[in-house]
Amino acid sequence: MRGPDVIRFARDAASGNPLRTALSLLAMAIGVAAVVVLTALGDGARRYVVAQFSTLGSNLVIVLPGRSATGGFSPANAVTRTPRDLTIDDAAALLRSPHVARVAPLTAGSSEINVGGKLREVIVAGTTASYLQVRNFHMAQGSFLPEGEWTRSTPVAVIGGSVYRELFGSGTAVGEYVRLGGRRVRVIGVLAATGTGMGMNTDELVLVPVALAQQMFDSNTLFRVLVQAQSRNAIESAKRHAAETIKARHGGEEDVTVITQDAVLATFDRLLGALTAGVAGIAAISLAVAGILVMNVMLVAVAQRTGEIGLLKALGARAATIRQAFLVEAALLSLAGAALGYLLGQTGAWLIRALYPAFPAYAPAWAVIAALATSLGTGLLFGWMPAQRAAAMDPVQALMKH
Amino acid sequence: MPLIELSAIERTFLLGDSTVHALARIDLSIAQGEYVAILGPSGSGKSTMLNLLGLLDRPNAGVYRLEGRDVTTLSPDEQAQVRSQRIGFVFQSFHLVPRLTAAENIALPMMLAGIPAAERARRVGKALREFGLENRSDHRPDQLSGGQRQRVAIARATVMQPALLLADEPTGNLDRSTGDDVIALLETLNANGVTLIVVTHDVTVGARAHRQLRMEDGRLIGDERRDRADHRRVTSADLRK
Repeated sequence: MRGPDVIRFARDAASGNPLRTALSLLAMAIGVAAVVVLTALGDGARRYVVAQFSTLGSNLVIVLPGRSATGGFSPANAVTRTPRDLTIDDAAALLRSPHVARVAPLTAGSSEINVGGKLREVIVAGTTASYLQVRNFHMAQGSFLPEGEWTRSTPVAVIGGSVYRELFGSGTAVGEYVRLGGRRVRVIGVLAATGTGMGMNTDELVLVPVALAQQMFDSNTLFRVLVQAQSRNAIESAKRHAAETIKARHGGEEDVTVITQDAVLATFDRLLGALTAGVAGIAAISLAVAGILVMNVMLVAVAQRTGEIGLLKALGARAATIRQAFLVEAALLSLAGAALGYLLGQTGAWLIRALYPAFPAYAPAWAVIAALATSLGTGLLFGWMPAQRAAAMDPVQALMKH
Repeated sequence: MPLIELSAIERTFLLGDSTVHALARIDLSIAQGEYVAILGPSGSGKSTMLNLLGLLDRPNAGVYRLEGRDVTTLSPDEQAQVRSQRIGFVFQSFHLVPRLTAAENIALPMMLAGIPAAERARRVGKALREFGLENRSDHRPDQLSGGQRQRVAIARATVMQPALLLADEPTGNLDRSTGDDVIALLETLNANGVTLIVVTHDVTVGARAHRQLRMEDGRLIGDERRDRADHRRVTSADLRK
């Protein structure tokens, strides 16, 4: 039997029983669609987190007060108390490393902002001019904090996009005076919208010189020091240098944690990658179930077409020809179901992206290929037994079943 | 050389713990071009005989030579090859594939044999004309009358130009006049050189054959020839060899 004839014969045989064929197609389609949609969700979560971390800026090394026991990234880092404060001078000392391009100290607290009777709660972040480049921010209006003023508490502020809209509507903000935690400060700039980054919505921020923030919150300590390395390759050296410098300044005690953005990213990447693989594995179970259904359908087909099998044998079909015809039928069912499921799954992922534009729900190529290959594989695997049964039939017995 | 030569053929079935002799020591010789009817009550072994002649079944003992070649020792695939090229079957219940059209049913043996589509179409077209089925080529079996179905089945059985045509109760599902037409068609094919073996319990159908084999309890109990010179291409001398 020629190749195209085998395929046409199998296709006609499958379409000869539309309901049964449609049901097994549906089962296979659901399996493949489940893999596509679930891995799109898992990988979307991974991409989302990675993108969030990327908004922090590039080549970042972050110095946190407090010693983390594991050296990794954990929420405990944020609450551990340190015997020695991380100070502005510590941050300034980090600038002396040849691997470091910029250093931005960061201190934070919440306060009230008040202009023309409008009052709202804001997060006030104290930092320096280099924060703009370190975080990769852009200005919508005016200018950022003045250069070189680490210890001067100039009463100026840069406000985030939402703060600007809520307090000034669409009017002029630059040059206006606002009351911030009881102090009169002049607005010198408005940040361009960036969205959220690491849980801190920068559109809701008010940025002031670090010395001013420390006065407002009556504290000498820093919340973070953000260090931008000269290049990607310099990240590790910058990290080591930062740790050594602070240790030397703190009387030989390692009381800070230095993490790199890459390490955090890699951890999340691994974590969510594993999650995606796990979810894909669960979805693959439905593929196996679909494979068993294909076997069931093919067994019924063999039983129903026993007379036909006898006839084919009488007409001179070899066992291999009959096996081939039934295997191709199973493969066609699986392939068509997989193709349908692929379309369903991609439509589902597209729907998710349409509903949640921030969430990049794209199924990874490996998952799609694995799902299609698995569906074809299970179809052939589970199609083998029925096909073998058909091929091994005794022609006399088979002909009597007509 | 006879077309078919059976010597000491035995076919037994186990029914529970008793052995049934469906065929018991059959010796038979059928020449090329003969028209043979196998007659007998049900259970006499005539269907087993036909299955055996058609290589659908194997004897437990004995030798079956088809065109001088011992076919009992062939592998199943080799037997399939012989069925494909040398043997055509006509069944009582037609055995047409319901989802295929008349033309596709006729083409089925050629498709299985791997004959190219163009050649198949040519031969199917010829068969449809010869069997008066031109207007029915796109009809499925359920859109055809009983007589048309059997004609499609006969066209399918002969499209590979076999040497041997085996018909199992070919008129069993047809009314008398349609049955007569079908028999006449088979006789025309025989007149053109195909060896025709008809299994039937219908005595009037059997009486038309040139040679009647009577079977009972798995044994051949009668072998009569009815000489009709006008129909005979093969001489009696050939048969005695």
